[in-house]
Amino acid sequence: MKLVKKILLYEIHNTIRSKWVILYTFFFFLVGYGLFTFSGDVNKAYISLMNIIIIVIPLVSIIFGSIYFYNSREFIEMMLSQPIDRKSLFIGIFLGTAIPLSAGFALGFSIPFILFGKVTEQIDGFILLLLIGVLLTFIFIALSFLISVKQDDKSKGLGLAILIWLVLAVVYDGFVLLIIYNFQDYPLENAMIILSALNPIDLGRILFLMKFDIAALMGYTGAVFQRFFGSSLGVIISVICLLVWIIVPFYLSSRFFKKKDF
Amino acid sequence: MITVSSLVKNFGKNRVLKNIDLKIEAGKVTAIVGPNGSGKTTLIKTILGLVRPTDGIIEVDGKIVKDDYLYRNKIGYMPQIARYPENLTGNEIITLIKSIRNSDEFSDREILTSLKLEPEMEKPFKNLSGGTKQKISALIAFAFNAKIIILDEPTAGLDPISSSYFKDLVIRQKEQKKTIILTSHLMNEVQELADEIVFLLEGEIKFKGSVQSLLEDKKETKLERAIAELMSQSNSDKGVSHSGLSGI
Repeated sequence: MKLVKKILLYEIHNTIRSKWVILYTFFFFLVGYGLFTFSGDVNKAYISLMNIIIIVIPLVSIIFGSIYFYNSREFIEMMLSQPIDRKSLFIGIFLGTAIPLSAGFALGFSIPFILFGKVTEQIDGFILLLLIGVLLTFIFIALSFLISVKQDDKSKGLGLAILIWLVLAVVYDGFVLLIIYNFQDYPLENAMIILSALNPIDLGRILFLMKFDIAALMGYTGAVFQRFFGSSLGVIISVICLLVWIIVPFYLSSRFFKKKDF
Repeated sequence: MITVSSLVKNFGKNRVLKNIDLKIEAGKVTAIVGPNGSGKTTLIKTILGLVRPTDGIIEVDGKIVKDDYLYRNKIGYMPQIARYPENLTGNEIITLIKSIRNSDEFSDREILTSLKLEPEMEKPFKNLSGGTKQKISALIAFAFNAKIIILDEPTAGLDPISSSYFKDLVIRQKEQKKTIILTSHLMNEVQELADEIVFLLEGEIKFKGSVQSLLEDKKETKLERAIAELMSQSNSDKGVSHSGLSGI
């Protein structure tokens, strides 16, 4: 644990000095500030922010995480020649990448709410969106590390990272629509819940939308979603699914890292 | 002492190290030489634990090092390519490594002065030249007074003055009975520094013995020519060449 803490602190120092993390923080600040300036309606701002968060965070996290890991290869080699175990090094690097990026998002996201005094207007929405953003950061950093540990070729790894983002952010919904269209004569509500749980981006989106009674516009499916995702059990299961989306790629990538040749 | 027994390493279908048996004697400078792709870097990385052997055993001071990592407290390593987190400074890296190593021994003053590193240590790595980063790698390798020092192409990227100081540093470490392993393509450097030479070709040891014995065996005064002759002989015979004085 001590070794993890040592590596983590230095990785955080390195990451927070990165101009990309600073730009990332500023981006969310700018978006939030702009939305409140031109809109003023906190509900509309939340929906717009949610749409940006579920697209931008996964994309930036998976690319940043991949590039960071590939660029750290020689440093990892140098560190592994020191008396440090691979597990501690991996955990330190992972957290040292995910924590600053999450903190950058959290800071950039929160400041406009504080400046415009909008935090308390829908505090549970604020906390939920913040939590979803942080969880999505960790999920896609974990996925990026899994790709980078397994794929030595940087260009192939980055290509795979973008492909995974594309599938989860765009293609997956098309796939779900295809299922709905082809099996529309069958009761699909439970299947929709399961399919939503299998995509962290969809899960984050649905969890948040349930807070805003959008479900009422979604017909019977919306009612089923509201019944499940709106309930305490549904929220707990959803958060567990999101945590599983972090734990599984992280666990797999740390196992591969342990056996990897540098 | 480092003992390598029946070491095999495959990368997919490519067998890079083929049953290597090797004893690296304590207190000597052993140079591992060979053409590109012969397995030199793979061999030293296996000793360091950076590469996992497919088969075989590595012992450092009598202890098998399979999943261990604490033995690396005894090792100082200078990699071929020096790359560090671009936003950290040299001093921060040194502080990090000092906190990881269980060692109170750290003497960097002389190396910092001789390699003219002092003004560079507070600059972030992204602002440093390749040669300066290489010098910082040398500092990390030597400053902890490790028993075993492993140097992978150490003078590549160093200017002539730094290269000359570096060689003096290696000689001083040798006088202190440190075990030094180095890989290099520069045969004049190997001839100047090494006591023992291990010649690898296609993952096999084709020669292990003293530099002097190789020169005498090939009737050459320049190590470069002796190695060239060894290589062409090995390519034509595809056999093993033993030193008259100390074979494999």
